[in-house]
Amino acid sequence: MENVYFDNAATTKLDDEVLQAMLPYLKESYGNASSIYKLGRENRKAVETAREQISTVLNCNPNEIYFTAGGSESDNTIIKGTAHGYKSKGNHIITSKIEHPAVLETCKQLEKEGFEVSYIGVSEDGIVKLDELENAIKDSTILITIMFANNEIGTIQPIKEIGEIAKKHNIFFHTDAVQAVGTVRIDVKELNIDALSMSGHKFYGPKGIGALYVRNGINFDRLVAGGHQERGKRAGTENVPAIVGMGKAIELAYANLDEHNKKIKELRDYYVKQISEKIPYIKINGDMEKRLPGNSNISFRYIEGEGLLLNLDLKGIAASSGSACTSGSLDPSHVLLAIGLPHEIAHGSLRISIGKYNTKEEVDYLVENLVEIVNRLREMSPLWEEFIEEEKK
Amino acid sequence: MEYSDKVVDHYTNPRNVGKIEDASGVGEVGNPVCGDIMKMYIKVENNIIVDVKFKTFGCGAAIATSSVSTEMIKGKTLEEALALKNSDVIKALDGLPPVKIHCSVLAEEAIHEAIADYYRKEGKMTEEEIVKKCNLKEHHCEHCGE
Repeated sequence: MENVYFDNAATTKLDDEVLQAMLPYLKESYGNASSIYKLGRENRKAVETAREQISTVLNCNPNEIYFTAGGSESDNTIIKGTAHGYKSKGNHIITSKIEHPAVLETCKQLEKEGFEVSYIGVSEDGIVKLDELENAIKDSTILITIMFANNEIGTIQPIKEIGEIAKKHNIFFHTDAVQAVGTVRIDVKELNIDALSMSGHKFYGPKGIGALYVRNGINFDRLVAGGHQERGKRAGTENVPAIVGMGKAIELAYANLDEHNKKIKELRDYYVKQISEKIPYIKINGDMEKRLPGNSNISFRYIEGEGLLLNLDLKGIAASSGSACTSGSLDPSHVLLAIGLPHEIAHGSLRISIGKYNTKEEVDYLVENLVEIVNRLREMSPLWEEFIEEEKK
Repeated sequence: MEYSDKVVDHYTNPRNVGKIEDASGVGEVGNPVCGDIMKMYIKVENNIIVDVKFKTFGCGAAIATSSVSTEMIKGKTLEEALALKNSDVIKALDGLPPVKIHCSVLAEEAIHEAIADYYRKEGKMTEEEIVKKCNLKEHHCEHCGE
């Protein structure tokens, strides 16, 4: 098999219906949405339609949606924007240890500017500790930013409870929902969310486009200065084809949500069951209930993740790992370390993220190859040899 | 990150994987915290490495450097094997990505440790002489500080 794609948490394939919706704005309708003539007006209309498609899903007002170039820009905008906007009220920010780098690195930048950041721990199941979070709140706390669902282990955080805590203490609450939008029903009012980040390409939309929901009445500094676009909060000519694509993608995702989630959850559970039966000495990372339906994260003891990925790639299978070699740093995944995995077990992790285009045949192909590869790498591993010799004693 | 065809070839079909039951010397370097461990077994007859096997826990580059270095020392004298530098290993693989250079250092060190183990078992040299001849270094991992 070729191009067996199990990395849907990294990005997804563009839906053909989404592409069709985008095409006119890549071809004949090329106007600038700020222009007053017909080509401009029809682009303005397309942008506003997409804004409504998003606000309908989130249950907010269309004028609470700001388009950005992606999830990272949305996170940067709102975290820096509120930190600077509320500096006179305080300098303390609360986040978690398992956030995406777009949040963690932004918080580190703010620390250099003199802000104070509390990084809240998680349980060994990968769920943010609410008591620790509430205890961290002080008079100077101006922002709580906790992700909706984790990108590596798929755990869904207690957003409603965090929203209530934030409301009770009158603190601004932002959630990075990049992994959740497209699979989880999100009502920002019901969940007391003040701001939310999302990214188009995680739900079969195009890359390079994101959105930020910010509740009306919130004061935040803009990140990109310039023209008056996005009500003065994000300068730059609107990326109309991508905006249209994201609008269409979110509409499709929520029109077929239950069916989509049921299918990918069945495939995910089938994969996990097969692997649990066929490969010994594994560790399933993250809570299996409070979890995105398509995500699985399993550590294969005594082997290292990059070797796994390279061998899977040779079989045409795309996946992801939390090993140091693949994280681009010298340490394994900060998320796996935060749930208490020792380094050597974190190095051997494999994330399989299932999407709507995957089939049972592909999962069977994955399982068959994974069993063979894990056995081969273990035969090659001195750690496995030591373990087996210990077992014999 | 891009691996050369040679690296791909060696991690796909690693040479000399395994264990020598009656090895003349065994060397193990690296640690699981960093994600790299290499274990090298050598069989020595008349000062010549007549057989060599390895086991490695690590990334593609760690497997490839172990594999190619076993090929490079098989049939060589102990002195020739000790003269093998990590730069020779990199060259034999048509290069390594910069973040993977430490894997070639591990391969060189594993060979040195295996030969030192052989000398210790042979019992003809003092530890000081062995350390000097094999150029043994206190292995210090720049990643984890261990």
